[in-house]
Amino acid sequence: MAGAPLTDTRDYQRPEAAPDADAVTINVDGRPVQARKGELLIAAAERAGTYIPRFCYHPRMKPVGMCRMCLVEVKGPRGFALQPACFVPVEEGQEVLTQSDKVRKAQDGVLEFLLVNHPLDCPVCDKGGECPLQDQTISFGPGESRFLEEKRHFEKPIAISELVYLDRERCIQCSRCTRFADELAGDPLIDFIGRGDQLEVNTYPDAPFASYFSGNTVQICPVGALTASPYRFRARPWDLEQVESTCTTCAVGCVVSVQSSANRITRYLGIDSDPVNQSWMCDRGRFDFEAVNSEDRLSQPLIRRDGQLVPTTWGDALSRAAAGIEEVRKLHGPAAVAVLGGARLANEDAYAWAKLAKAVIGTDSVDAQMGDGLPAELVLALPQATIDEACGADAVILLGPDLKEELPVLHLRLRQAAVERKLPIIEITQTATGMTRHAAVSLIHRPGEAASVVRALTDPSGAASSDVAGVPGPSLAAARDVLAGVARVVVVLGRPSLAESAAAPARAAVALATAFPQARFLSALRRGNVRGALDMGLAPGVLPGRVGLNQGRDWFGRAWGQVPPERGLDASGILDASADGRVQALVLLGANPIEDFPDRRRAEQGLDGAGFIVAVDGFLTESSQKADVVLPAALYSERPGTTTNLEGRITRLGQKVVPPGVAWPDWMIAVELGVRLGSDLEMDTLAEIRDEIEALAVSHRGITEELLNTAAARDGIVAPLGRATSEPAPAAIDPMSDPGIGAVEHHGVKATAPEPGARRRLVTRPEGQPPALLSLPDAEGGSGSGDPAPPDAYSLRLVAGRKLYDGAVSVRHSPSLAGLAAPAGIRVNPYDLDRLGLHSGDRVRISAPRGSFVLPAAADPGVPRGSAWMPFSQPDGGASRLIDSAESVTDVRLETVQGEG
Amino acid sequence: MSFLDAPRVVTSRFEHEDSHTLSRFVSTGGYDGLRRALTMTPEEVAAQVDASGIIGRGGAGFPTGRKWSMLRPAPVRYLVINGDESEPATFKDHALVTRDPNQLVEGALIAAYAVQATQVFLYVRGEFALGLERVQAALNDAYRQGAVGRDIFGSGFSVDAIVHPGAGAYICGDETALLESLEGKRGFPRVKPPYYPAVTGLYREPTIVNNVETVSSLPWIINHGGAAFAALGAPTSTGTRVFALAGDVMRPGNYEIELSKPTFRDLIFAPELGGGLRPGRSLKAIVPGGTSAFWIGPDRLDLHLDQKAVADAGTMLGSGSVVVMDDTQCMVRAAWRISRFYRRESCGQCTPCREGSGWVENILRRIEAGSGHEDDLGVLLDICDNISPEVSWPSKWPPQQTTICPLGPSIPPAVVSSIGMFRDEYMVHIKDGGCPFD
Ligand SMILES: Cc1cc2nc3c(=O)[nH]c(=O)nc-3n(C[C@H](O)[C@H](O)[C@H](O)COP(=O)(O)O)c2cc1C
Ligand code: SF4
Ligand code: SF4
Ligand code: SF4
Ligand code: FES
Repeated sequence: MAGAPLTDTRDYQRPEAAPDADAVTINVDGRPVQARKGELLIAAAERAGTYIPRFCYHPRMKPVGMCRMCLVEVKGPRGFALQPACFVPVEEGQEVLTQSDKVRKAQDGVLEFLLVNHPLDCPVCDKGGECPLQDQTISFGPGESRFLEEKRHFEKPIAISELVYLDRERCIQCSRCTRFADELAGDPLIDFIGRGDQLEVNTYPDAPFASYFSGNTVQICPVGALTASPYRFRARPWDLEQVESTCTTCAVGCVVSVQSSANRITRYLGIDSDPVNQSWMCDRGRFDFEAVNSEDRLSQPLIRRDGQLVPTTWGDALSRAAAGIEEVRKLHGPAAVAVLGGARLANEDAYAWAKLAKAVIGTDSVDAQMGDGLPAELVLALPQATIDEACGADAVILLGPDLKEELPVLHLRLRQAAVERKLPIIEITQTATGMTRHAAVSLIHRPGEAASVVRALTDPSGAASSDVAGVPGPSLAAARDVLAGVARVVVVLGRPSLAESAAAPARAAVALATAFPQARFLSALRRGNVRGALDMGLAPGVLPGRVGLNQGRDWFGRAWGQVPPERGLDASGILDASADGRVQALVLLGANPIEDFPDRRRAEQGLDGAGFIVAVDGFLTESSQKADVVLPAALYSERPGTTTNLEGRITRLGQKVVPPGVAWPDWMIAVELGVRLGSDLEMDTLAEIRDEIEALAVSHRGITEELLNTAAARDGIVAPLGRATSEPAPAAIDPMSDPGIGAVEHHGVKATAPEPGARRRLVTRPEGQPPALLSLPDAEGGSGSGDPAPPDAYSLRLVAGRKLYDGAVSVRHSPSLAGLAAPAGIRVNPYDLDRLGLHSGDRVRISAPRGSFVLPAAADPGVPRGSAWMPFSQPDGGASRLIDSAESVTDVRLETVQGEG
Repeated sequence: MSFLDAPRVVTSRFEHEDSHTLSRFVSTGGYDGLRRALTMTPEEVAAQVDASGIIGRGGAGFPTGRKWSMLRPAPVRYLVINGDESEPATFKDHALVTRDPNQLVEGALIAAYAVQATQVFLYVRGEFALGLERVQAALNDAYRQGAVGRDIFGSGFSVDAIVHPGAGAYICGDETALLESLEGKRGFPRVKPPYYPAVTGLYREPTIVNNVETVSSLPWIINHGGAAFAALGAPTSTGTRVFALAGDVMRPGNYEIELSKPTFRDLIFAPELGGGLRPGRSLKAIVPGGTSAFWIGPDRLDLHLDQKAVADAGTMLGSGSVVVMDDTQCMVRAAWRISRFYRRESCGQCTPCREGSGWVENILRRIEAGSGHEDDLGVLLDICDNISPEVSWPSKWPPQQTTICPLGPSIPPAVVSSIGMFRDEYMVHIKDGGCPFD
């Protein structure tokens, strides 16, 4: 079936909306309006086109009815009475007046009251131009002020955290910020103090608003009371342009509006994508655009000359790169070339690079993961879940990193489900995490032994009542109770600790999949587009479209001309091979193995051993500095494309600014290198790449350029088609829910701007049966048999995880975030600290076979006895210097340092 | 005949110095009502209370029997006694708490039995230091007597009670703010609907909130029967009530008198009650029912102390306070003082009350200080209208509100009444640039 139509979306089935048993009809201003029982009047009216003004109501939070702006007349037993539309649920036959004289008078009154103490310093207020108070005053408010008195005064803006400033004079006491902090972020660090007209938002003494989600309060504040330091005074809304895009800082893939002014990114705002981020973002994702704007960006190609990296032209750099690769390929064979990285790339880039590596160069030693993930085949083979499915499950088993630190908005979503719908979360973890407080049961176990915990958990006899891997028997029994008889289980699966090998969680995952055949898995791999990179084949043993190398050999052989003869190496194997000369040429695709690979020494040895390194990067990093050719890449917001989040959801990347200097998108670099390696990748535009992906990648069948451009695709398209349970049509942007997005929109910028479509060449599908998607039997759960032997009495077994603010390049180059990275330290159970004769705050020497260094120790009851927790990569160091990735676990010893600290 | 001849439903022990002690209490029929109630079914107790026709004494004036019947059936039900009395010039609960705390505890337990509460909270204004001490002592005594706790008086009914001091906010007297406060949160009133305490109250469980005086009446009602209580007063206002009389009268104080039959004139001028004005003074205005009530003038002296009659006259009996103002009082200053109270006590949650209270107070202070403009009066009335739509003079009862709780609509009455009754006095302030009473 060659040349099947490329716009075939037959597989894409939007589920029929079931007839709504809860449907009610109400009457708004004489018009019948359909609504759902229990829905708030304000929302029902809005859907029917009647916009009721509001300040405190936010569709993603519980109503409080405080501002009184939404008063409408609702008919009750004693006739019409003023009621807050944000608080009154609809009822069959309800009669509502939104335009009566009484309603207008009340709304005018509320606006006038709000302005009574408002400083009206609009000309110097960041919100000026996109201010709901300003806008609604113009639409609904009185003409001029009758207020002659002295206004309320407060000290003008006070810093309530390192990122957020509060101007209490501008505050209209809507409690959006305080509710967000409490209800959604779970960080109730801001609250009202005082009462009456002295009511103010503030922090508690000596406790700043240090929340990973603080930027959301700035976004939803309906006035200019809350401002964020990275944006303060940088731009006026009417000078901003915006494009809809996706945050790729982590794999949640929050849908965002990228706003710019004069070719500089000025801010990101979260867009309300119902299945994903529901308008929220984390502060790292929100503010690390500063790195994109950074002066330190690579803006031109560099080549090594006399030991120094010096600028050159693209032509020269590409020729040098191609020549180096070609030489190795000729002398040592294609397997001597390896590609590390790619999880930072867009889907199209990843596909182009996979094709370049596997079809043109001919190597399968390609790995988008830096040894800090899970085996690609396992990730691709497990039945996938969406975030909504996880939040709506009967139980969630969390086997991964601390989501609050690594996938913050996923944490937010799951936390909300745990708090609001009492979603039982069973955490299989090595230390307490941000989720522990909300988990039904936390099974805190010894590093390396997750599989034993899973076996005990899923033991059908359920008899095991003794401790397993350090987990008390009663906790296991409690977890078994939670899981007894539940139908829909979702496992959130990632890499719990970098100080143990990936084999441990992989074994546990396979055990879970076996014990719960109906379970679905939500990936908790963190790097921006890691899922897209794996889908596109940037891993050993796989080809684009979630198929195995062997299963896809014929199909891709016909389409591409060739595929590697045998399975290649993963990141760890590549680094080892490079250290001992089996790999001679290394391509770093936005990869920084020295800082990201769990075992720093192995990464250094690998890079030092490579004869020839090409780095494609946005910055000169510790790793790319070692390259022979450095090719400057465009980053997020500088190039269009698509990306795939941890659900397998494909969303758009928008371009808002041009890359610095002559930096290029990665796919173009692949194409140009291909040409110099003697092959035409046959892709001139992104649309062509997407056509080819659609034609060849089985998991992406039907996900056409056209489908991605439809309104329905605004919330993304989950691959493969037809899987996601529901894709409700996205709501229009409400300027009150998300001030700043709608306002900029008024200035004529489209939210979704597909890149200009050039003429596309036709991609044909090869003859024959397409390969089947990877499924579990194809994947192995990682090698290694059983649990590691327990540590000796003098050692502690290490757990290493990332902090949201760490030593990452994007944090380091974002001035507003860089200072938030906490210094490294080691956390130990108080009992062990005592046992070792140490005190909280002591500087201790931490030694492992790999090396040793000195850090402060802290007592932490969240760390179990016998274990120790360290951050993986803070700016001042981290566990990567202690970890030997060839070992299944990492044991450390602690001793006091005399005469220091 | 004296107005004080009516049965003393709640103040019978006040004549004794040791009225607050357990010995006085038990020697004067203490716990009889509770013992008797426990021999009845809860429904029978509730039926007696319903038959008594008693209207809540906390200010909102809702029939107690009806309130109890609205309690949502649930395994957990709370009873909260509202002793937060903080309305200016209202001091009758203060007396009941301090002078007969045992009766309060007994009444609360009767109510608890009737509504089958699982826990009782006695929320007492924090500033009532002596009262708090005595209620706590009375409760401790009740535990020792077996009147509270497990298996009360061997009846098989068990309920616990605790005393909870308020933390100094008037707004916590509003029942929903009180519940928030009991839950350890800020005293922000809840939005009604849906947060009617009887349906969704303390910790979201069904809850009855009753005033101190209301429950203090229950022992008498059970001992004498609902009908005996209903025989007092008139069907529109049964029983007796404690009026806290204050202001420019010879004999200010708490007076328990029959409802409905006496008039304001009786309360103020009867020699055994207010004893009239000071010599040579004339009556200017009365603030009935607390500072949230619309004022009445001398022309209304013959209005009966009856809930319905007073509502028909456009105001309320409210908290049971009556403040008398004679011709030495500046009406602008009086209105300003009242508005200052609401400004300070607004919880700040909703815009019209938070901002309106301050704005009104600012204007009144300015007028009183001599910097008023003629326009100010129109602005004042319109601000009041934006807090309490269609507020007018002559006044209507009950008021409407744009706010969450009734504190908002408590702001306009003093403003609207004083302007309605004494516009000329405002004009003198404005024209002369100062207060003629200074
Ligand atoms: C601002 C405000 C203050 C109030 N203060 C009190 C109070 O101090 N004591 C009281 O019993 N009721 C007070 N109330 C009335 C209570 O909300 C509630 O109606 C009452 O406690 C119910 O008891 P009852 O039915 O026995 O009167 C107040 C109401 C408002 C709106
Ligand atoms: S700071 Fe902003 S969001 Fe917070 S209460 Fe004030 S106006 Fe509302
Ligand atoms: S959670 Fe992830 S995708 Fe969302 S804003 Fe944060 S870094 Fe970006
Ligand atoms: S009316 Fe006043 S006291 Fe009542 S909730 Fe509103 S602001 Fe608070
Ligand atoms: S009261 Fe409804 S939006 Fe504020």
